[in-house]
Amino acid sequence: MRIDPSAGADGPASAGRRPVIDVRGLSLTFETADGPVEALSNVDLRIEEGDFVSLIGPSGCGKTTLLRLIADLEQPTAGGLMVNGVSPERARLDRQYGYVFQAPALLPWRTVEKNLMLPLEIMGLPAAEQRERARRHLALVNLAGFERKFPWQLSGGMQQRASIARALSFEPKLLLMDEPFGALDEIVRDHLNEQLLELWNKTAKTVVFVTHSIPEAVFLSNRIVVMSPRPGRIIDLITCDFPRDRTLEFRDTPEFVEVAHRVRQGLRAGHSYDE
Amino acid sequence: MTNEAVRSVRALPAKARVRPAQAGPIGVIVLGLVAAWYLAAMVMNAAGVRDQFERDESAYTTAELIAGTLSAERPVLPAPHQIVAELANSVLSYPPNSNRSLIYHGWVTLSATLAGFVMGGLLGIALAVLIIYVRTLEKSLLPWIISSQTIPILAIAPIVIVVLGSIGIRGLLPKSIISAYLCFFPITIGMVKGLNSPDPLQRDLMRTYSASAPQTFFKLRWPSSMPFLFTSLKVAIAASLVGAIVGELPTGAQAGLGARLLAGSYYGQTVQIWAALLAAAILAAALVAAIGAAERLVLRRMGGAP
Repeated sequence: MRIDPSAGADGPASAGRRPVIDVRGLSLTFETADGPVEALSNVDLRIEEGDFVSLIGPSGCGKTTLLRLIADLEQPTAGGLMVNGVSPERARLDRQYGYVFQAPALLPWRTVEKNLMLPLEIMGLPAAEQRERARRHLALVNLAGFERKFPWQLSGGMQQRASIARALSFEPKLLLMDEPFGALDEIVRDHLNEQLLELWNKTAKTVVFVTHSIPEAVFLSNRIVVMSPRPGRIIDLITCDFPRDRTLEFRDTPEFVEVAHRVRQGLRAGHSYDE
Repeated sequence: MTNEAVRSVRALPAKARVRPAQAGPIGVIVLGLVAAWYLAAMVMNAAGVRDQFERDESAYTTAELIAGTLSAERPVLPAPHQIVAELANSVLSYPPNSNRSLIYHGWVTLSATLAGFVMGGLLGIALAVLIIYVRTLEKSLLPWIISSQTIPILAIAPIVIVVLGSIGIRGLLPKSIISAYLCFFPITIGMVKGLNSPDPLQRDLMRTYSASAPQTFFKLRWPSSMPFLFTSLKVAIAASLVGAIVGELPTGAQAGLGARLLAGSYYGQTVQIWAALLAAAILAAALVAAIGAAERLVLRRMGGAP
């Protein structure tokens, strides 16, 4: 366990919990043809075990970049971050996180089951265990019976569910999700939000969730990180500690509306000087 | 979107098959071509036939002239039925191991073609793998590969035959080397594109699994490249056949379809030349069709949309 004297914004209440992600002074500047672009500037963030943290902000605020830095898919230009007390590279090599992309990214020549087995094959698990885990996680996202289907035979929502099951199949403690439902229609999205919440309750994973939907962020998270562009930075941290067994009706309660309002205010403040 | 693209690539072979509704138009075109050929044969052979009649000082009718143009022994342009008859005769009238049998010559060429195709295919894939993994090679190797294809094969072929002959290598190998020289190129170009076809998302995915380079190659890059591989293999097998035939020309016309072409032109046996050409065309079509069948089989196993 990591003892950290500067325990962050939440103070002593959370000091006992282990930081899964510890970001300090993180900056990333992309060199582009039009000159340097500051994707992230001096970002500090602590995410603790069992948190469901949403990163919300307009496009260009660096929320996806932050997720990619955690996943070691980008390298910072300044500052640093730790994932489970080790470097992001070490965490990636140890397969400590599952990553869900904006698109399902299922391999079209593999059946749904074989797609779920892909990370397990790479890890070198025995074939019987690969199959057992694939079946178990397909059932978890309500896709039992679709093992032998090819991705093109599934709807967009089912494909994204399969890709979530794939990220869960090697049982990482940390789940990184980059606008996983961004391309889906609202009805499917609501349904998957409920399923994801249920999954989070069942599995007690730490989730970092990138979105640009305020209702989605408030509905799912226990902490919301509001970000702002040019340069990408954190402008508000909102705690949203409602009971975890939320249903869609929760979105009509005054508490929900209040938090959503604060998120919207934050987003607006981050934008005001800009427009 | 990428899936969509792959799917449409896969759907192609199925669409390429002839449907009954298309048989009519195709038949009309073929008939038109045959008719044009007969017409051309009559026009081009008329002078020779007329000379022959005049040398024999015999009177002739127009019907006899036309019949003569279509049955001349050494016509400028043989009529289709003469070519087919010569082809059938040289296939059916001699045992397959006789050097007068087109089966024998076809087999000689086919074996060189297949040997060259295998060598060229492996070379082409190996070069593509080198190019995608070693950045500097793309800049340093690719220009040489492209310039290698601008040298006329007819200039290279005798050099290869003579050089290899001087160190005692004769027969199948020199011909297949020339064949491989022609066929590796489309495979390299196609496979560089195919092995680089996985989108950034799929590559990131493999990275999050901390997959090793060989794992990424065999589980992502190689399967992604299959549609590209088969497209380039179809071009390559036809090029292989051309290479094998050209490789047979400088050997002094011993055996093979190339040898038949050369012997035919020595002795002015135009019908024999055309029969060998037709045999080569049939062989090429059969080879391309075989690749197409393998393609359908593989892509169907890879879950291609119906």
